Amino acid sequence: MSETSLKGRLGALALVAPLVLFLAIFFAWPLVSMLKESVSDPVGSHAFPLTAAVAGDWDRQSEPPEALKQAFVDDLRAIDDQQLLGDAVRRLNSAQNGFRTLMSRTIRAVEEQPEGPLDLVAVDRRWADVRFWRAVADSTNPYTDRYLLAALDYERDASGRISALPAETSANTAILLRTLGIGAVVTLACALIGLPYAMLVASVDGWKRQVLLGAVLLPLWTSLLVRTAAWFILLQEQGLINDTLMSLGLIGSPLPLIFNRLGVVIAMTHVLLPFMVLPIYSVLLSIPRNLMPAAASLGAPPWRAFLRVLLPLSLRGVVSGSLLVFMTAIGYYITPALIGGAQDQMISSVIAFYAIGSANWGMAGALGAILLVATLALYTVYGRLSADRAGGR
Amino acid sequence: MPLSQSNIRFEKVSKAYGTLRVVDDLDLTIDEGEFLSLLGPSGSGKTTILMMLAGFEAPSGGTISVGSQRIDPLPPHRRNMGVVFQNYALFPHMSVAANVAFPLEMRGTPRLEIDSKVARALDMVQLGAMKDRRPAQLSGGQQQRVALARALVFEPSVVLMDEPLGALDKQLREQMQLDIRALHKRLGLTIVFVTHDQSEALTMSDRIAVFNRGKIEQIGTPREIYDQPRSRFVAQFIGETNLVEGTLAEAGDAGATVKLEGGGTIRVQPSDLRPEAGRILVSVRPERIRLGPDAASENAYPATVTDAVYHGDHLRIQLDNGAFGFVAKADRKTAEFNPGDRVMVSFAPSDCWMLPA
Repeated sequence: MSETSLKGRLGALALVAPLVLFLAIFFAWPLVSMLKESVSDPVGSHAFPLTAAVAGDWDRQSEPPEALKQAFVDDLRAIDDQQLLGDAVRRLNSAQNGFRTLMSRTIRAVEEQPEGPLDLVAVDRRWADVRFWRAVADSTNPYTDRYLLAALDYERDASGRISALPAETSANTAILLRTLGIGAVVTLACALIGLPYAMLVASVDGWKRQVLLGAVLLPLWTSLLVRTAAWFILLQEQGLINDTLMSLGLIGSPLPLIFNRLGVVIAMTHVLLPFMVLPIYSVLLSIPRNLMPAAASLGAPPWRAFLRVLLPLSLRGVVSGSLLVFMTAIGYYITPALIGGAQDQMISSVIAFYAIGSANWGMAGALGAILLVATLALYTVYGRLSADRAGGR
Repeated sequence: MPLSQSNIRFEKVSKAYGTLRVVDDLDLTIDEGEFLSLLGPSGSGKTTILMMLAGFEAPSGGTISVGSQRIDPLPPHRRNMGVVFQNYALFPHMSVAANVAFPLEMRGTPRLEIDSKVARALDMVQLGAMKDRRPAQLSGGQQQRVALARALVFEPSVVLMDEPLGALDKQLREQMQLDIRALHKRLGLTIVFVTHDQSEALTMSDRIAVFNRGKIEQIGTPREIYDQPRSRFVAQFIGETNLVEGTLAEAGDAGATVKLEGGGTIRVQPSDLRPEAGRILVSVRPERIRLGPDAASENAYPATVTDAVYHGDHLRIQLDNGAFGFVAKADRKTAEFNPGDRVMVSFAPSDCWMLPA
């Protein structure tokens, strides 16, 4: 390669470097660390390095070998970071109930006898129970799938097999399905409103088109919070809609429009409508104007011309719009939190609870990862579909 | 001319957008089996007339009928006319075969019959091998032929074409002109063909209607339109011509004499034109002008060559005789002409045509 082209290439690299750096720092790195958080479990391996080294030699079924017990005692003697020890105890207790008292008794015994072998069973009978040793050995593995399993309402039982959590202890799957369900309903509602609306916008021109486009773009220019608050005012029991309907005598008592699924769907449909209308509108603009007259001249009445020509050609926009709306909808947080009831919370509010409420980054990361996988799967399907269509041309 | 069963009649048809009258009080009869070109500059109303015939525009006044039936109240899908659009208007999401099958499906033709008719229509435009392709995979000329097959497959008796060859390059356009002409003859179609290309209109049509500002300036066979233009607009729009202004001095059965503005006279062929004030225009086509010392004719003038341009098949020569300027087309092999050369210019009275000033 000549020197000038190498220089040119370096210049080009220098130009894209800010972008690459930005993406790496603010996009790739948080994503990777979130994904890592969902499978990492570093406390045990940090607190008990000697135990970690020999844990692999044990089959986790038989009596634990003496080397393992001695390594654990040595680890407890070596540890001087009280914070780390506290984390380790909490970690062990979350895997096996009773560790809190067991560990405080054991630590005291270790402090009293800083040298030589120690008979742990004599300190506490529970050290004879193989389940406690299994928890210790498991905690030294720096990677875990328990967050991911818990995010889908599964756990590993005593023998290490994957089994479903009892229905009353976790509702992640139900909330995930609810999220996908609300996303689907909102997408459908957006498509049903957005397609005719986009056709209307594309069929007029001049100031009428500007006004119609402005009406659908307006929500994008106002804050999400303001829009949601506006729906709050409109939908509440003494709100504009109920008052109007009641004063018209159409209903006797206020309709329940807020703090339920209906309210969430109405508000989200409004907020996400631009993401449906704009792709359809741009596809409609690219359809040659003389196709509908051509269909008419060939003997197609207006509705058949619509079904056979305009609708199939605008479907590309409907598919892109649906994808945008659905992917945005399943990540929604504020609107269901303000307008929905307890039964309308979506997966993002659970993630927020784990991330902000209980500082359980593992669970937050795992739920986020599952949302990400769902979105990527959908996007792959879309990519495959649109590639097929392009290939058919 | 006997009125046949399904001729198309426009009676007092007009179309206005606001105060702009695009078509003004049009009377026009199109005979069955005729190839009629609507020729005119853009904005002359020719496309609007086609759109009214197809049903995409409603007339502001007047009636349009086919045979004894009024069609102006009918929606486009019930008029049973094939339309070929300027940009083909093929359905991009359908294969070539599906495009051609569309009008048959709309008419509820049985599947088997559709397949055989589509195959026949595509063979007719030599595109049988392309039936599974998408329109985007075809060249412009091929797309145009698909559009033609689609407009003909349901056997309409009238086919409307809106500048169908405008987007094609010259060679392809000339080939398509011949193809359309041949189809017209073979299928006995009535074709209404909108174009702004006068040579296209001259080569293809049985009759040409020349439009200007929403009105027909002249309607007639290509020969009549070219050789006997009735107005300055037609004379200048169709082909190139030399117009000389003068007054009618004498007229008889053998011919007429026109006195020119700058002196001299021109003998012209007999005409029944009798302008009130005697003011008249004489039109002489450039290719009818003879040049050279041997020119001997009733109309002979000395002139000076001001410019000579080589065009391959002919020479285009600008001349000036003091009183008026001329453009002549000369055989490129007759002689060399250079600016400043003195030549004799002549033209036969039978090549001189009078029209109102």
